[in-house]
Amino acid sequence: MTLDDILAGLFPNGSSIETSGAMISGQAVLSGGGPIHVLGITQGQPLGVDEAIVLAGRLIEIVKSGNRAPILILVDSASQRMSKRDELLGLSEYLSHLAKTLLLAEAEGHHTIGLLYGGSAAGAFIATALATGTLVALPGAHPAVMDLPSMARVTKLPIDVLKAKAEATPVFAPGLDNMVRTGGIDVVWDAGAPLAPQLAAVLQRPQGQDDRSRLGAARGGRRKALEIADRVVALATASHQDARHG
Amino acid sequence: MTAATCNDVSLSWYEASARQRIDALVDAGSFCEFIGPELREISPHLAIFDLPEQFDDGIVVGRGRLDGKAVLLAAQEGRFMGGAFGEVHGAKLTGLLRAARALSQDVLILFDTGGVRLQEANAGELAIAEIMRAVIEARRAGVNVVGLIGGRAGCYGGGSLIAGTCSKVIISEQGRLSVSGPEVIETNRGIEEFDSRDRALVWRTMGGKHRFLIGGADAFVDDEALAFRQSAIVALKISPGCDVAVLAAEQARLERRLQRFGEVEDAVEIWQTLGIDQPTEIPARPTGAFLRAANNRESADDAR
Amino acid sequence: MEKLSFRLTAPRSAGGTRAQAIVGVVASGNLEVLLERSPPADTCTIDIATAAHGFGAVWDAVVRDFVTRRPAGGLRISINDGGARPDTVALRLAQGVRKIEEPER
Repeated sequence: MTLDDILAGLFPNGSSIETSGAMISGQAVLSGGGPIHVLGITQGQPLGVDEAIVLAGRLIEIVKSGNRAPILILVDSASQRMSKRDELLGLSEYLSHLAKTLLLAEAEGHHTIGLLYGGSAAGAFIATALATGTLVALPGAHPAVMDLPSMARVTKLPIDVLKAKAEATPVFAPGLDNMVRTGGIDVVWDAGAPLAPQLAAVLQRPQGQDDRSRLGAARGGRRKALEIADRVVALATASHQDARHG
Repeated sequence: MTAATCNDVSLSWYEASARQRIDALVDAGSFCEFIGPELREISPHLAIFDLPEQFDDGIVVGRGRLDGKAVLLAAQEGRFMGGAFGEVHGAKLTGLLRAARALSQDVLILFDTGGVRLQEANAGELAIAEIMRAVIEARRAGVNVVGLIGGRAGCYGGGSLIAGTCSKVIISEQGRLSVSGPEVIETNRGIEEFDSRDRALVWRTMGGKHRFLIGGADAFVDDEALAFRQSAIVALKISPGCDVAVLAAEQARLERRLQRFGEVEDAVEIWQTLGIDQPTEIPARPTGAFLRAANNRESADDAR
Repeated sequence: MEKLSFRLTAPRSAGGTRAQAIVGVVASGNLEVLLERSPPADTCTIDIATAAHGFGAVWDAVVRDFVTRRPAGGLRISINDGGARPDTVALRLAQGVRKIEEPER
């Protein structure tokens, strides 16, 4: 599905979205009539300091505007831009800042939805899609932390061995199904059905809770994360009470 | 508690282990670990790769006192799997941050990490995302989350993004803060752009001095556990929160950085633009002289 | 990974009151040693997971030497090894015993 197809499917009532390089930004009308903010990084491009600051700036404008319309961020990116210039300028701060503005928007009452419709990897994925309240994907999306050939190089394992291991666990290999099973992606939409009602269904659901480790446990892809985190919370709480009463 | 005591022997933060750093950082004898090594909560994934496990999965979390004040702490062990985030490792930090929010207690994160552990990459990546969210939720509840960077593995990849969510960052000269590591940049862009074996280039592009000068870190300290301790005590005194005003100020700060330095080729040019006398001498300056030279640095001023 | 287990009679038992101690980290050429109390007082059990295969005889010699030289009785010792040399192993074991015998603060 092309970006135009996706936008047309999501917003049959119309949208006004501008493209600037690999970034898009604008507004659309939901099937129920209300507005929705739309932004995104597209065309499989890397996310560097220049892109991150523009997207974050737009998000801050949205939060400041005071309207609490939902925000949809469309993602088809590469990884973070791996360049000397980006790192010299402090890329980690720019990517974090972008993630923080998405988290801020949600905390200030905007529904935030990520729609992964192409690739995304590593820092770019964390700063965009993974910083939304609900992340959905279209079939064919291909998230990755690192591609298998690079992973083979770093782990010094033959790629065939890695592929065989990837059959046994969703925990390390790239791909949409693995990211679903580990709980990172809430739901994969049905590309054959109209998209607008699927978006409306997501907007119906409350946000504010990080559900990903629960989903990962329920789907069997990440069995330990929820249990360990909950145990630490319980131990910290108990030791806090001991310190107060002791 | 009347007078807080701490370990006052000299200890290189860079050389120390995660457990040694915690012991030297907090008031003597005050640390209590959660899910310690005796519980053997090892990674369930390393065996698939026939790799050695560590009983704490490379991170120590718990509570202690800092100058008498109750704090929650996490310390990564950079020598085990490069301090990388796996499922268990990450979940321990996520839990600690969720507890911090619930209990309104400050958190210190002692970073020492190459980023996501590739053998459990999806779990590690999601742990980073969960941790960043938990940091922001804690900060919005008024909790300080302070990052300390000066370990052998540096603070790379997803670890650097978590550091970017902290309310304060303390760094030493040895601390490196960067998303992509030197080898990754060289592999992607060629040795002409970045020679990963050129140590001087690596330190001046990603090292603690440069990060402090551009506002990427709030405090610059010696490679000494006691210096990190003193700086952490100061860092916990103000809670800047994380609201729209803070992030709008950060937006302005980061835009300004791009305007001022966006066309620059090398760190030395940035230092020159900052008005630093003899900028090429910055890497050689001892802490006192460096801090004097850093007078006109770009400060974050809580816009973080 | 290769797993090895030893159950040895120890002439001297470990002193102190600490329940456990841990020393070292798992890295290339290094190891972590976790020590816990476990009766009987004249026995030391040692469980090893090592990345270096085929060194059972060397481990046997190192741990036997350890229990004759150090007060190791009443300890359950668990080792994760990243391929450390025998002298490093001996050093960590000695550090571990010293640590579990340290007075509690």
